[in-house]
Amino acid sequence: MLTTEEQREIAEEVGRYPNTMAAIPEALKIAQRARGWVSDETLREVAEVLGMLPAELDAIATFYNLIFRRPVGKHVIFVCDSVSCWIMGYEDLLRHLQVKLGITMGETTRDGLFTLLPIACLGACDIAPAMMIDETLYGHLTAEKIDSILAALIHETD
Amino acid sequence: MEAPLTRNIRPNEMPPDLKAYEKSGGYQALRKALGTMTPMEVQKEVVDSQLRGRGGAGFLTGLKWSFVPMGTESRRPKYLIVNADEMEPGTFKDRLLIEGDPHQLIEGLILSAYAIQAEIAYIFLRWAYKTAGRRLQTAIEEAQAANYLGRNILGSGYCLDVSLHTSAGRYMCGEETGLLNALEGRRAVPRAKPPYPQVCGLWGKPTVVNNVETLCNVPHIVERGATWFQRLGAGKDSGTKLFGASGRVKRPGLWELPMGTPIRDILEEYAGGMQNGYRFRGLIPGGASTDFLLETHLDTKMDFEAVTAVGSRLGTGTMIILDNRTCPVGMVANLLTFFARESCGWCTPCRDNLPWAAQTLAAIETGRGTDEDLEILAFQCRMMAPGRTFCALAPGAAEPLQSALKYFREDFQRHIDQRRCPWRQP
Ligand SMILES: Cc1cc2nc3c(=O)[nH]c(=O)nc-3n(C[C@H](O)[C@H](O)[C@H](O)COP(=O)(O)O)c2cc1C
Ligand code: SF4
Ligand code: FES
Repeated sequence: MLTTEEQREIAEEVGRYPNTMAAIPEALKIAQRARGWVSDETLREVAEVLGMLPAELDAIATFYNLIFRRPVGKHVIFVCDSVSCWIMGYEDLLRHLQVKLGITMGETTRDGLFTLLPIACLGACDIAPAMMIDETLYGHLTAEKIDSILAALIHETD
Repeated sequence: MEAPLTRNIRPNEMPPDLKAYEKSGGYQALRKALGTMTPMEVQKEVVDSQLRGRGGAGFLTGLKWSFVPMGTESRRPKYLIVNADEMEPGTFKDRLLIEGDPHQLIEGLILSAYAIQAEIAYIFLRWAYKTAGRRLQTAIEEAQAANYLGRNILGSGYCLDVSLHTSAGRYMCGEETGLLNALEGRRAVPRAKPPYPQVCGLWGKPTVVNNVETLCNVPHIVERGATWFQRLGAGKDSGTKLFGASGRVKRPGLWELPMGTPIRDILEEYAGGMQNGYRFRGLIPGGASTDFLLETHLDTKMDFEAVTAVGSRLGTGTMIILDNRTCPVGMVANLLTFFARESCGWCTPCRDNLPWAAQTLAAIETGRGTDEDLEILAFQCRMMAPGRTFCALAPGAAEPLQSALKYFREDFQRHIDQRRCPWRQP
């Protein structure tokens, strides 16, 4: 269920634009914030608040990369797979990550801690290879650096 | 050498706050324009400066503005949109400008909005630019508190509201009309032109979309004048430009240099040349959607005409370097995979040819290619040529592919003949 606070925030977004449609992406992001993703049920609830059809919202939810229509883990690891990171050897790092986490691109670890996703150029090509975990950017990546970043995140959860 | 855009930028330090920005001469251009210049005079200064858009296409900024209906007959509100969606692979210049000096962008935005008499401005920011977003939000609030934004700015009677809008993520959000659809809460597919956004843009109202770097130039042009700006260039184009290099160079990074600085200077002097053990093989000069250039092109000046004359495009001015230990086929396969994933699916030549091209390249790269595949790839490039698609994504994707087929033909052939990538361990 959307909380009253979330409903209020969505209504506020609607007020910022000349029509309701323009608030769809923000409304979906608000709904996703606490849940990590947008389930069918959540989608229907947001549609109700906006007074629109679920299908109208899904057309938007399925177009944009950062609205998730499937569950994700506590932390989302976005690995840059664009050209400068490719030149600088991101593929080896991805293999390292996949072995370490026991998952491939698009999957979530069994403990629900990490989801691994590809992302286009993070605008950090000068410090390639780069990745983003949740809201933090990491560059100059090596296998060792990845190990310590993950260790810190796991430690934080314990 | 003058570097107006980056004069306040100290990498890895906090950007100047409002006080510091004002102390460095900031918001003087705005005071000058609002106090002594009409909107048409600001437009004229930018027209005379010959400023060309820094978002990739190089369209003359003053000319773009001149199509906006002015005066009482115009429908309102009018909009100015800052394109801060930066997602072109290999490009990281707008991030530096926003993170390093957010008030410069805001001053440029206000001046440009004033020039076209826009009432509302949006900054369309890429979601991944978290630091940039926080700094911009702070700067917007400071500017509002100081009455550089809002009602009756500095007593001039001019009013402007600015909001920061964060993208939900997709390369197509950076395409001018795709961006308008994204802001309206639609799928970011492009719109047919005409009508042009300047006449019928966001919610059907007159709208100008400009790149971050473009707008950052405007305060300096207004303050110091068109002639000064023209003289900054070292070639045919005026002003300075943020140039960048990534790949196996010694010092990847960004530098503000005169428009028209030779590629060789950027590569050797600023990027420090190739890393030890790596040799230069080629480069794409301005982000993923530009044609490859070779060693023979290194004396080309980095300006719009000169780079076009040797068969590529200046694009975003951020170069990606190919070295001798990196497989050119693999590089092109990576690029085309990106474009295939980001295609919005609106038109057939792009939606169908990009995945096909990406798969064909992957097949060649993994030793499953045939001679016929080279014909197929050449055919794909023709199918995605300018004029066949709704937007520039597909023609842009064809650029690195068609030039790689021309310049690295023997590397493609070796993959096919040896049934493997010569750069990978057998
Ligand atoms: C697929 C695609 C993506 C684009 N992405 C961006 C972008 O992220 N930022 C940008 O400024 N321009 C981008 N552009 C160019 C814009 O369409 C437009 O030309 C530009 O924002 C105009 O600004 P300017 O005249 O100041 O250069 C993109 C174009 C295409 C075709
Ligand atoms: S060229 Fe590609 S990205 Fe552009 S409109 Fe057509 S399908 Fe969409
Ligand atoms: S290519 Fe990875 S950050 Fe630009």
